[in-house]
Amino acid sequence: MNAGNGSLTLLTQESKRFIKFFLSELKPKGKLITPFNIIATFILVLGTILIIIRFAKGLGSVTNLSQEYPWGIWIGFDVITGVAFAGGAYVITFMVYILRMEKYHPIVRITVLNGFLAYVFYAGALLLDLGRPWNVINPIIGNSFGVSSVMFLVAWHFMLYMIAEFIEFSPAVAEWIGWKRVRAFLTSLTLGAVIFGITLSTLHQSGLGALFLMAKNKIHPLWYSEFIPILFFVSSIFAGLSMVILEGSISQKVFRHRISAKLHSSHNDIVLGLAKICAGTMYVYFFLKLLVFIHGEHWLYLNSPMGYWFLIEVIGFVLIPCRLYTQAVRYKNFSAVKIASILTLIGIILNRLNVSVIAFKWYETVRYVPSWMEIAITLAVIFAELLVLRWIVNRMPILSHSAEIENEIKNMKHEKIFFKQPEELEEWKISSM
Amino acid sequence: MERRDFLRTLGMMGAATLPCKNLRAEAQSDEKEFHGILVDTTRCVGCQSCEEACAEANGLPEPNIDDAEPGVEVKTSTDQFSSINCYETDVGEVYVKKQCMHCNQPACAAACLTKAMFKTKEGPVIWREDKCMGCRYCMLSCPFDMPKFEYDSPIPKIQKCTMCWERLQEGEQPACVETCPEEALTFGKRRELLDEAKLRIYNDPDDYVHHIYGEHEAGGTGYLYLSAAPFEQLGFRTDLGTTAYPEFTKDFLYAVPIILTLWPTFLLALNKAIKKESEESEGEL
Repeated sequence: MNAGNGSLTLLTQESKRFIKFFLSELKPKGKLITPFNIIATFILVLGTILIIIRFAKGLGSVTNLSQEYPWGIWIGFDVITGVAFAGGAYVITFMVYILRMEKYHPIVRITVLNGFLAYVFYAGALLLDLGRPWNVINPIIGNSFGVSSVMFLVAWHFMLYMIAEFIEFSPAVAEWIGWKRVRAFLTSLTLGAVIFGITLSTLHQSGLGALFLMAKNKIHPLWYSEFIPILFFVSSIFAGLSMVILEGSISQKVFRHRISAKLHSSHNDIVLGLAKICAGTMYVYFFLKLLVFIHGEHWLYLNSPMGYWFLIEVIGFVLIPCRLYTQAVRYKNFSAVKIASILTLIGIILNRLNVSVIAFKWYETVRYVPSWMEIAITLAVIFAELLVLRWIVNRMPILSHSAEIENEIKNMKHEKIFFKQPEELEEWKISSM
Repeated sequence: MERRDFLRTLGMMGAATLPCKNLRAEAQSDEKEFHGILVDTTRCVGCQSCEEACAEANGLPEPNIDDAEPGVEVKTSTDQFSSINCYETDVGEVYVKKQCMHCNQPACAAACLTKAMFKTKEGPVIWREDKCMGCRYCMLSCPFDMPKFEYDSPIPKIQKCTMCWERLQEGEQPACVETCPEEALTFGKRRELLDEAKLRIYNDPDDYVHHIYGEHEAGGTGYLYLSAAPFEQLGFRTDLGTTAYPEFTKDFLYAVPIILTLWPTFLLALNKAIKKESEESEGEL
């Protein structure tokens, strides 16, 4: 009875402490009025107003969607491109936890966090696009499992993958709050979450491509093939890694004060390694594209506007950045790596938009062009994600371990004792960060 | 390494797919007695009374009755589930009724993740309001572009012809069939309609092109069309092929359970195989 009371008081004490700590952490750090914050506020306010209009009056009030073009940039860019960009998380966790490439360990957390937030916000943007979002739980809990639908698979995988990524990331949250025992437990789940996450990613990265398999005759033959799922999967590898490279170079500047010495010193080495993998997978991708092209006997289409557009995508934004990556790795040229990553990302945007919007019903006389409001809401989603990302990176041990944990890791290696002392119970401490 | 593993998995997937024939994703076949409607365009005079009857039966606004002219395409919409179009063809002006084709294996129903789009046993493809989440994947998938979405409503519905599903349950015929003064529309079991269509071609071989649109298109449809003019002149897509649309995603869906079981095993094995070299820092984020 006494023991029960004891742990109860401990629990209430701890939760009080946590709430106080959380509230104190909610306060902004750094200057409030910066150009970025002003722009972000403006876009978020605008986006919120437009979202209210959208739910009050229907999709037609803010989008240019039509009976001919049921999917616009909210799907084509936010969801399909956004998820490809978030592919870095499964690739990096594969390299670090499965292949045990320790070199990349310092960037695991930031990559997983980026991936997680991308899924929450960009896949979350799907809710804006759903006509009847209150029924979104139907495929999850309802008695209406449409198992023959690729969309069913994608929906489940989004949900499960968000959970897997959150588990992968959760030790950082536990460290931030200072819950050591919780952290130890969460850490023990990591490998399982990683394996589960990679499997899910394989399936839904390709699944996003498989969504378009039934749009045969609606997508230009240069982009439609039964291999879309494989092309989407392979391209998500270098799309994700290019995003990791670009984000890395940005956070080297923006979050300079948060980056551990370890990550800082190994950053260049990591970038070169990633660039090498990008170059390799891009050659594979280019080769696959070529195979699909030759196999489909699409020579005739090349000499048409859509054909030139196809060449721009495949040569300008696959082959050239691929070559650039190769050269950059050879000469250790970091600005070339950065340019290659930007070109690659543009190429991915082009590819995903081509399949979902641009080459979709290329024969229609009245084409879909996104309205400014669709773009504004997309920007609002991106800015909301960036703000949350900044908030987390500035507080939680993402780009570096907290000093406390660093010591513990050292101790653990020497003593091999994992929080066994009973006094540990009392030691739930709040991080001073 | 990654690519080799990927290809290896693909190989395994392929091998494992072979014995999986009965995994078929909800394949509906001709064997069930689907009902359908036979449209004989040689009999249609373009009076558009079917449009009126359709609007009345479905509680839709009065359709425009004088809009069937050559060169003007009247698409179905959320307010009009059936439309008569006029086409200038080799045999003169031909009127054609357009609406949901009620495919045997509908792309829209296979695409629907909540089974809101639903192929009934009787044949009509219907939409169920309480299930739909409005993703519009049915619209993307439908080869005939028939599901229409209410973009201007905060509580939007997907609208299209349901072959008067409610009337059928009460033993009545679809409103358009009942109204047609020229007997251009015939309602019945699809199998019998096909026989009837073939009989008409056989009896008057010079009056028809020897093709029944919908017999094999997109795996076969509930609506069947007879015509004196080639179907491409009647605004029909003739490039759809004879494969049922759900078949296009079948291979991918086959691969899913295989990857779901093989991939984790493989990844875990890989993880354990590499363990010896660096035993420290397991699971350390």
